Amino acid sequence: MEAIAFYVFGILITALFLVTVFSKNVLYAMSALAAGMVLISGLYFVLGADFLGAVQLVVYSGAIMALYAFGMMFFDATRDIKEKNQAPLAVFLLSGLSALILVVIFAAPQIGHNVRALLATPKGMDNPHAIGAVLFTKYLIPFEVAAVMLLVAMIAGIVLASKKMEVSLSESDDYLVEEHEMKEQK
Amino acid sequence: MSVGLSEYLILAVILFVIGLTGVIRRKNLLMLFFATEIMLNAANVALAALSSYMGDLTGQMFALFIIAIAASEVAVGLGLLILVYKKYGTLDLDDLNLLKG
Repeated sequence: MEAIAFYVFGILITALFLVTVFSKNVLYAMSALAAGMVLISGLYFVLGADFLGAVQLVVYSGAIMALYAFGMMFFDATRDIKEKNQAPLAVFLLSGLSALILVVIFAAPQIGHNVRALLATPKGMDNPHAIGAVLFTKYLIPFEVAAVMLLVAMIAGIVLASKKMEVSLSESDDYLVEEHEMKEQK
Repeated sequence: MSVGLSEYLILAVILFVIGLTGVIRRKNLLMLFFATEIMLNAANVALAALSSYMGDLTGQMFALFIIAIAASEVAVGLGLLILVYKKYGTLDLDDLNLLKG
């Protein structure tokens, strides 16, 4: 059962991400990416990482893809992207070399036999409970730092995306009122 | 027929290489962002699989923090993309080369 789920999810995710990478239309790429994110959360549920699967659904396929869809409003999404590839051989060689290095890196935990869990999963708790117990003890400071980082990112997003941040709203209101009065005097 | 750790790691590597190929190949900035998301997700899959098979929650913790970092990266990056598009009217990297060497 687990094997069937893994292979179905794996093949579908690979196909959808290939569509994302090779599609010429931004909308198709974004839809395929969103669907792939949802299926990756299924992979987490198969692995028994329930909390991570829920977070993946909420944050990735909910918030991040919604943000991309919102940003698509500013760009011309209906037009096909025209790109020219200057060095296909270099792309091929670089991807192949990186794939080889990555296989070595990812195979390292398989080759090392004396790998032990540094922080064993707490016994007798289900996954979200155990995540909470570990997150608010050992990883409390990174959690707080991540919260501050999200706040900074939110402020940066507001400052970057909104226009006329140098004029405060109260000042512009005063300016408008003054202009209106000048017109009335004339 | 059970799934071992190797299958998950191989899947993660395949997904990562798809994202890497996208980063190398695409010229549109938005597409580069999508490819980056794919690479982050591949790393998350590898971390979650290792955490599950080694009986250690650290991998899932790191995956959670990676998701938080990805969310803030998208917020800032999308703001910058909107500014670039407003200023130059294009997101193509070939049209954005201002330095003539």
